[in-house]
Amino acid sequence: MTIRALRDDYHGEFKDSLEKFGGLQLVYLGWDKHQMFCSSRAYPLPPEMRFQELLDNVMPEAFGQHPEFTQINWNRAQWILDNSVFEPDHSKTLTEMGIGHKSLLRLVTPELTGYKGADI
Amino acid sequence: MSPKKLNLKDKYKLLTRDLDWEFSYEDRKEAFPYEEFEGIKITDWDKWEDPFRLTMESYWKYQAEKEKKLYAIYDAFAQNNGQTNVTDARYVNALKLFLTGVSPGEHAAHLGFAFTGRQMGGIGARVAAQMQSIDELRHIQTQIHAMSHYNKFFDGFDEFNHMHDRLWYLSVPKSFFEDARTAGPFEFMIAIGFSFEYVLTNLLFVPFMSGAAYNGDMATVTFGFSAQSDEARHMTLGLEIIKFLLEQHEDNLPIVQKWLDKWLWRGYRLLTLVAMMMDYMLPQKVMSWQEAWELYFEDAGGALFKDLERYGIKMPDYTDTIKQEKEHLSHQAWWIFYQYTHAAAFHTWTPSAEEMDWLSEKYPDTFDKYYRPRWELAAEMEAKGERFYTTGLPQLCQTCQIPMAFTEMSDPTQVVYRESIYNDERFHFCSDPCKSIFDNEPEKYVNAWLPVHQILQGNCGGGGLDKVIEYYHLEDGVANLDFEGSPDAERWKDWKGVA
Repeated sequence: MTIRALRDDYHGEFKDSLEKFGGLQLVYLGWDKHQMFCSSRAYPLPPEMRFQELLDNVMPEAFGQHPEFTQINWNRAQWILDNSVFEPDHSKTLTEMGIGHKSLLRLVTPELTGYKGADI
Repeated sequence: MSPKKLNLKDKYKLLTRDLDWEFSYEDRKEAFPYEEFEGIKITDWDKWEDPFRLTMESYWKYQAEKEKKLYAIYDAFAQNNGQTNVTDARYVNALKLFLTGVSPGEHAAHLGFAFTGRQMGGIGARVAAQMQSIDELRHIQTQIHAMSHYNKFFDGFDEFNHMHDRLWYLSVPKSFFEDARTAGPFEFMIAIGFSFEYVLTNLLFVPFMSGAAYNGDMATVTFGFSAQSDEARHMTLGLEIIKFLLEQHEDNLPIVQKWLDKWLWRGYRLLTLVAMMMDYMLPQKVMSWQEAWELYFEDAGGALFKDLERYGIKMPDYTDTIKQEKEHLSHQAWWIFYQYTHAAAFHTWTPSAEEMDWLSEKYPDTFDKYYRPRWELAAEMEAKGERFYTTGLPQLCQTCQIPMAFTEMSDPTQVVYRESIYNDERFHFCSDPCKSIFDNEPEKYVNAWLPVHQILQGNCGGGGLDKVIEYYHLEDGVANLDFEGSPDAERWKDWKGVA
C-alpha cells in the first residue's frame, strides 16, 4: 500500500517532478566534511551543462566562502554521485554522465580537513 | 415532578453521553465515513472512559474565569512596559519563533480536533475532542494576545500568519500538522492527542514557559499557567485514546505501533527548534536540551512505555539514535539558522564567551570538539566585517523538511544521506526514520511543499532572494539578519541608556 487513504485510487501530486523546473534539473551539491555549510545545497542546472562549467561557475557560488576553497585540487578531487563513487569526465554533460534530476553530487577532499582541522 | 436541580452525576450524563442518539433510518457508516478506512477496529464505544469528566456548562464557566485573570495580567504587563523587564532583547527572538512556529500549530490542532470531534463514532470521545478543539483555539488567541504587546516594540511578529504558509523553516511545523490532519481520525488522535500532547508536550511547553519565567517575561509565563490545566486534560485524553484503541481489538496493536513510531519521530524532529531555543536563544538558560530530553523523555517517557508494554507496545527502535543526537541537535540547528538568518523572521547571533563555556560544561563530549570551532570561525569572519550568511539554498528532507544537516552518530561530521526512488524520482531524507515514513506512504509525501523547491520553481516571488524575502513579507535589514545592528538591538540600547 502506498498510502492509507479514504479512496483506493488516491494519488499524490509529484510536486517536484522535472517538468516543473522550466527545462532545468535540480542537482544537490555537497562538500563532505566541510560543516561550515550546514547542508548540501540545491541548484537548478541545465541538463546539458558540462562538468567543467559546473566546476567553473557553480562550485564557487556554492562553496567559495570556505577558506579552503582555493586550495582544492580539482584534478585530485573525489566525487560521490547518489551514494556511489563517481569519476567525472570534465568535458561531458550532466545527462551524459548520469547526473539526473535531484541527484546528489558530493565533493570529497581528504587532504583538506576543514577549519582548524575540525571538518568544518 | 422532576427535581429543580440535577445532581452532578445526572447532569454529567445528560450533557455528555446522552447527547448521542441511535440511527434509526440513516446508515451509521455514512454518518461516520472515516471510521474504518484506517483499519482500526472498534467493538464497543461504551467502553470509552471520559477523560475530562466535564460538562460544557462547567467548561465555559471555568475557562471564563481563567480568561479574566489572564487578561488582567496582560493589561498590567502592557501598562507597566513589561517588555523592558526581560533579561535581554535577544530573548524576544524565542517569542518570535513561538508565535510564528508554535501558535499556528495550536490553530491546526484546533481544526484537527474539530475533525475528530465530528468523525469518531463514540460520543464520549467526540465530546472530549470537541473540548480540546476549543481549548486549542483559546490557546492561539491567548498566545497572540500575550505577544501583541511585544509586537509594538520588536520586529518579526506582525506577519506571523502570512509567514506561516511561506517561510522555509515554518514549513516544518506546518507540514507536521498537515500530515496529521490529512490522516484519518484515529491516526490524528495518536499523532497529536497521544504522541505530541502526552509524550512530547513537556518538551515544548515547559522549555518555552520556564524560559519566559527565567527571562522576566510575565505575559508569556502567565499564558503558560493559564494553559496548564488545559494541557493536563489533553494529556488524559491522549492516554485514554491509546489505551482504548489497544483494548478494543488486538488487530489495532500493529497499526498503533506504526503510528507511534512515526509520530514520536516526527515530533522529535519538530522539537529541534526547541532544542536550539533552549541552548542558544535564552539569555538566562533554564537547562540544556540534553537535560530536558533526559528528564522528560528518557525518564518520564520511559516509565510510560513500561506501562504500555502490557498491551504489546514497544519503544521505537530509533530511540538510541535520539539518545546520541541529544548532544548534537541544538548546535547543528542553531548553525543552520545562523547562516540562513537573512531569510528568517528572527535574529541570530554568535554565542558569547560565557555562553560557550556553559555549552562546554553541558556538552563536555561534543561542544569543544565539534561545535566551538564553528563559532570561532563565525566570530573570525564577523571581526573582518564578513558576518557569515551562506549562499544558495539548502537541500531539505522530503519528510520533516528540515535542511539535511543532521550527522551520523558514528561519525558526527558526516551528514546523514538517505534516499528512496519512487516512480523513477529520487527523494532524500535526513534519517532512517524519515525515510521509512516516506517509504510507508510515498503517495502522501511526494506531495510535500518543500520551500526550497518551490522557490526554485519560481513560485515564491520569482527571481532572486530579494524577491523571496519580499514574498515572505520580510523587510530586509529589519526582522532578519544578525541581532547586532538590528533595529531591535538599537531600541533596546536606547531604553537601557547604553551608547
